[in-house]
Amino acid sequence: MAELHPDSAYAPERFADPAKKVEFSPEAKKKFDYLLTRYPNKEAALLPVLHLAQEEWGWISPEAVHYIGGLLDLSPATVFGVVSFYNMYNQKPVGKYHVQVCTNLSCMIGRAYDIYEGLCEKMNVQPGQTTPDGKFTITEVECLGSCGTAPVVQINNDYHENMTVEKVDALLKTLK
Amino acid sequence: MEPIKVLTANIDKPNSASIDVYLAGGGYKAAEKALKMKPEEVTQIVKDSELRGRGGAGFPTGMKWSFVPKNAPRPTYLLCNADESEPGTFKDRVIIERDPHLLIEGMIISAYAIGSCPMSYIYIRGEFYFGATVLDKALEEARAKGFLGKNIFGSGFDFDITVHRGAGAYICGEETGLIESVEGHRGQPRVKPPFPAVVGVFGGPTVVNNVETLACVPLIINNGAEWFKGFGSPKNTGPKLYCVSGAVKKPGVYEFPMGISLKELIYEHCGGITGDRKVKAVIPGGASAPMLTADELDLPLNFDAVMKAGSMLGSAGIIVIDESMCIVDAVWRLAKFFAHESCGQCTPCREGTNWMETVLDRLERGHGRQQDADLLLDMADNIGGKSLCALGDAAIGPVISSVKKFRDEYLYHVEHKSCLPGTTRYRRLDVAMAVH
Ligand SMILES: Cc1cc2nc3c(=O)[nH]c(=O)nc-3n(C[C@H](O)[C@H](O)[C@H](O)COP(=O)(O)O)c2cc1C
Ligand code: SF4
Ligand code: FES
Repeated sequence: MAELHPDSAYAPERFADPAKKVEFSPEAKKKFDYLLTRYPNKEAALLPVLHLAQEEWGWISPEAVHYIGGLLDLSPATVFGVVSFYNMYNQKPVGKYHVQVCTNLSCMIGRAYDIYEGLCEKMNVQPGQTTPDGKFTITEVECLGSCGTAPVVQINNDYHENMTVEKVDALLKTLK
Repeated sequence: MEPIKVLTANIDKPNSASIDVYLAGGGYKAAEKALKMKPEEVTQIVKDSELRGRGGAGFPTGMKWSFVPKNAPRPTYLLCNADESEPGTFKDRVIIERDPHLLIEGMIISAYAIGSCPMSYIYIRGEFYFGATVLDKALEEARAKGFLGKNIFGSGFDFDITVHRGAGAYICGEETGLIESVEGHRGQPRVKPPFPAVVGVFGGPTVVNNVETLACVPLIINNGAEWFKGFGSPKNTGPKLYCVSGAVKKPGVYEFPMGISLKELIYEHCGGITGDRKVKAVIPGGASAPMLTADELDLPLNFDAVMKAGSMLGSAGIIVIDESMCIVDAVWRLAKFFAHESCGQCTPCREGTNWMETVLDRLERGHGRQQDADLLLDMADNIGGKSLCALGDAAIGPVISSVKKFRDEYLYHVEHKSCLPGTTRYRRLDVAMAVH
């Protein structure tokens, strides 16, 4: 049988492994309980709970999908439908630094593609892939709402504005 | 015209996001005043001010509020649209990060006017992580002072706000997509009617207002409708935040009375065009707005004038494209955006946006065909008005306007398999493209 591509819908990585149980840490559980008090029903807390899960584990694994479904009385399919709809939920692990380069028009005019294409080339990764050492993931993203200080590169949660190829290089060197 | 500091009055003060600075500038006086009035009176003042929504459609805010039925069977909600995902738009972020209490005060007053239930949500795009932390802190401060919570200003009105972070989806800026997303669903827009004012979030009547719209409300309550109308022209009133980006020397957020001309804004305030080149095209209201050419720069930037010129003021995200950029490639980038952000519910939008992106890309790659310009117009015709929400109509704006206004540049790509001399593509064609 041919090898399955890891992104394939049939790839074993896409299914929850019953042997691997995940659970929120006590602090996360506290945040979870608070979130539920802010909404009239459990389902409405799904987006913030997924953010919480991603903070905990860095991505939303199939096991996390099942776990969260269980917490909120939702089917795994419903949870996964939401995870896959929104860009920010990582469906596979990302590097320690998720480098998200905006290439939408204003940033493009500021030569964002030089930054983006240069990074892919220098790190020898395909867009959306992670370097073998697990340090960087390079992703092209849509307008970050910061076009006045284009080009913008978001690394994890932080915006870096008025970027150039050189500035990004210097910045990445400071990331250990 | 000189820049004004009305909505942006606080943002340059040190520590501008703190409640102490906001209170020292007279903060929360408007909420106190409004909560002593009847809700209908508050709505009437906002109606009289002729405030129109700053989120994109320019719908009269007071009128929107008055559509909310009284005594509906389910709770009424106010939702703040802080999704700010329209390419070229970055004004709400200024208020969120640097004057969050102005927004919170605006929400208290607006919620009171529409008869909101005790909970409300600010839907902020997920990428604005810092903005969300600023808002959370400001909300804590407001709660501690009793501006949020039970019986605010002794009026008997209970109200609180939760920051609800999105997770990267432009379509959640569309009000019914936003409502779906607050409910914990995929952000796929709803069929209207019923309109959100009747059945919105959690089945209750819902008002969705943009950050800047809500930020105008305390100013109107403090200074009166007449004062507000003193800015701009009839039906296009108030101070306005303009976001200018792209090929200008001094990009940024500028505040003017509604209606400054594009020419004045670009040349007198933004320092002119990068490299002193000429303007090729200007997008006046975010990526969804049809393009204008260098001949149309005298246009006053207000809702009605831009509409009359065949475009829209939208979110006032002005993107300047100079003569050195290949227009086909610029439009390709916008088409790629809409293809990526189409929620996939309607076939014309889902398939059509992808095809537009593909055809534009093949023109860039030298595989264009003679009929491609017309093919693009034909595709646009099959998306516009045939899709469920306004994203479909938005996606065709840049395509139609550019094909009509720069047809020669499109045809040059077909004939010569390259960009028009003197114009360049700002990307390479050999790096693999991320999949949608
Ligand atoms: C595809 C699409 C995206 C939108 N994105 C935003 C947005 O990011 N922010 C916003 O305030 N309004 C956005 N809108 C407009 C909203 O649907 C809605 O009209 C607005 O929030 C109403 O607020 P206002 O009356 O205060 O302008 C968008 C509309 C569409 C069709
Ligand atoms: S027009 Fe496009 S974005 Fe809007 S509902 Fe239809 S498919 Fe979704
Ligand atoms: S285009 Fe990059 S932040 Fe808007």
